[in-house]
Amino acid sequence: MADIALAPRRAKTEIREATAWDKLRHNKNWLGFWFMLPALAFLIFFLAYPLGLGIWLSFTDARIGRVGHYIGTENYEWLWDDSIFWLSVFNTLIYTFIASAIKFAVGLYLALLLNERMPFKALLRAAVLIPFIVPTVLSALAFWWIFDSQFSIISWSLKHLGLITQNINFLGDSTWARICVIFANIWRGVPFVAITLLAGLQTVQPSLYEAATLDGASRWQMFRFITYPLLTPIIAVVMTFSVLFTFTDFQLIWAMTRGGPVNATHLMATLSYQRAIIAGQLGEGAAISSAMIPFLLAAIMVSWFGLQRRKWQQGESND
Amino acid sequence: MSSVQIRDVRKSFGNFEVLHGVSIPIEDGEFVVLVGPSGCGKSTLLRMLAGLENITSGTISIGDRVVNNVQPKERDIAMVFQNYALYPHMTVADNMGFSLKLRGAKPDEISTGVKRAAEILALTPLLERYPRQLSGGQRQRVAMGRAIVRDPQVFLFDEPLSNLDAKLRVAMRTEIKELHQRLKTTTVYVTHDQIEAMTMADKIVVMHDGIVEQMGSPLELYDTPANQFVAGFIGSPAMNFLKGNVKVNGAAYFEGPNGVKLPLKSAPANSDGKPAVYGVRPEHFTIADDGAEAEIVVVEPTGSETQVFAKLGGEQVVAVFRERHLFNPGDKVRLKPDPGLVHLFDDATGKRLNS
Repeated sequence: MADIALAPRRAKTEIREATAWDKLRHNKNWLGFWFMLPALAFLIFFLAYPLGLGIWLSFTDARIGRVGHYIGTENYEWLWDDSIFWLSVFNTLIYTFIASAIKFAVGLYLALLLNERMPFKALLRAAVLIPFIVPTVLSALAFWWIFDSQFSIISWSLKHLGLITQNINFLGDSTWARICVIFANIWRGVPFVAITLLAGLQTVQPSLYEAATLDGASRWQMFRFITYPLLTPIIAVVMTFSVLFTFTDFQLIWAMTRGGPVNATHLMATLSYQRAIIAGQLGEGAAISSAMIPFLLAAIMVSWFGLQRRKWQQGESND
Repeated sequence: MSSVQIRDVRKSFGNFEVLHGVSIPIEDGEFVVLVGPSGCGKSTLLRMLAGLENITSGTISIGDRVVNNVQPKERDIAMVFQNYALYPHMTVADNMGFSLKLRGAKPDEISTGVKRAAEILALTPLLERYPRQLSGGQRQRVAMGRAIVRDPQVFLFDEPLSNLDAKLRVAMRTEIKELHQRLKTTTVYVTHDQIEAMTMADKIVVMHDGIVEQMGSPLELYDTPANQFVAGFIGSPAMNFLKGNVKVNGAAYFEGPNGVKLPLKSAPANSDGKPAVYGVRPEHFTIADDGAEAEIVVVEPTGSETQVFAKLGGEQVVAVFRERHLFNPGDKVRLKPDPGLVHLFDDATGKRLNS
């Protein structure tokens, strides 16, 4: 083996001093900066700039077609005394809280169900996603029909069953309208929660359940002591997103009720749109939108602490 | 503690039968190792014993009670899983006390039980740690601790050492054996590693393709394997097999590949000319003038012994010598199997022919 001919050694070129350009060229931070630039530009143009502009507009008296002047916090002062604004805040909070809570409960239930061994599992999982893939406006239109004051299929069915004598004025009555939009939002939001939680459930090792079976755990105890604690990190993520999406919901409400009846379903997002775009008061609309920021930040803070690595997730793995 | 009786147990998944009638008697306090290659059904059998799989037919009893339809938690068994199955969100103490907690034990009762088990396994300083903060060997011990806390009738181990590195595996092997000697709890241990089986078992059950090939004490299996499969499976390096024919021409001998003449102490009755497989363990070769000529291919010294790979009648065989022969590849040596220690198997069925 030692008799393999080695190629003749090449004469070495002299090592020259590294120039400043050489140093820069091989500097990882400099290279990293260039790699980050596209993402940075994207974030600035499409996220930071609109956000900044929105906040700026909320301090001006801009209208559509007219450049605004700085007017300080006048828009906010105006909103402070505006009962409709406060109604929209109330509506948004109720809407977010009820819809998110039910979405979580139903989503978790569905996820647990879909995690069981059953026939046509893949098909059922796909079916659960349907409400999520239908365009929001389309599903909102469908719900609009379902809840129509004259042609509602629910009223029709109940009448034929002899349970009611008159059509229910689903979208014309404040309470009913709120229930209807919350229902539609839940219908749309459940798949996201269910599928994400299902993904979380599948990361739980089956042997943990076997060990728990041998330890004598009942089904409920397995959920309470194993599934739920192991799922908390993913619950924190999915519920944060769910709350953010629900809080800023616009499409569903706009297509179904436009905030009516008598502003009973006006959310902050729809009110902002109505004031800014329909009525042309850009400054005031921007102020309503900006008023959502503290609420959203609060929601993010909650999840931030929820998402902190738990004690049991720390430490090195020796696998 | 309890005896365990496995009687004619079968298991099918759909139409596919993986266990074809397995019967194993396990005495009270015995350490039984189920060993076999992957897919032989050993783990399935253990899981049936634990109650994690249904029994298609046959019976399993623990003590005097048939447990076929008894819930896992009612069977009074504890299992150590291959991946330990420690609850990642619970401390070591909580992991170990979980079964007691579910049973509704009082907190001081739980902590007494956990402390006792932790002392047995030297886990006391680790009780407040989480599984992620433990090394592989420590996790393994916690998994055993969880089993000990329950003080069960039977311990079940499902390949508990296969996730550990080689050195730790040897250490844990000793630890488990010592633990058994101390607690004397009936133990069923599944492994694919025949060395684990040999070193730990009171009784080894060799399984293959859903049947029991042989059961007996480790040395029984080593010295008189019932068939060619067991002979090849038990022992490392594995037994050498040479195909050929039994000859009874005055004295009995074995005609191996390319007419190599190999010694036989005696031939089974009416076996002249019978095609058979000649089995000889690597350490049963000696260098002797009347041995068969072999050409050395590779020499592997390990210090305590030397493994020599050689061509005997064109077939590769391995011999192990404790004495330090100075061999070089290409050398010709005369290898002689010890006629009193050779094995003869039926060529067609693989069954043992000599007693």
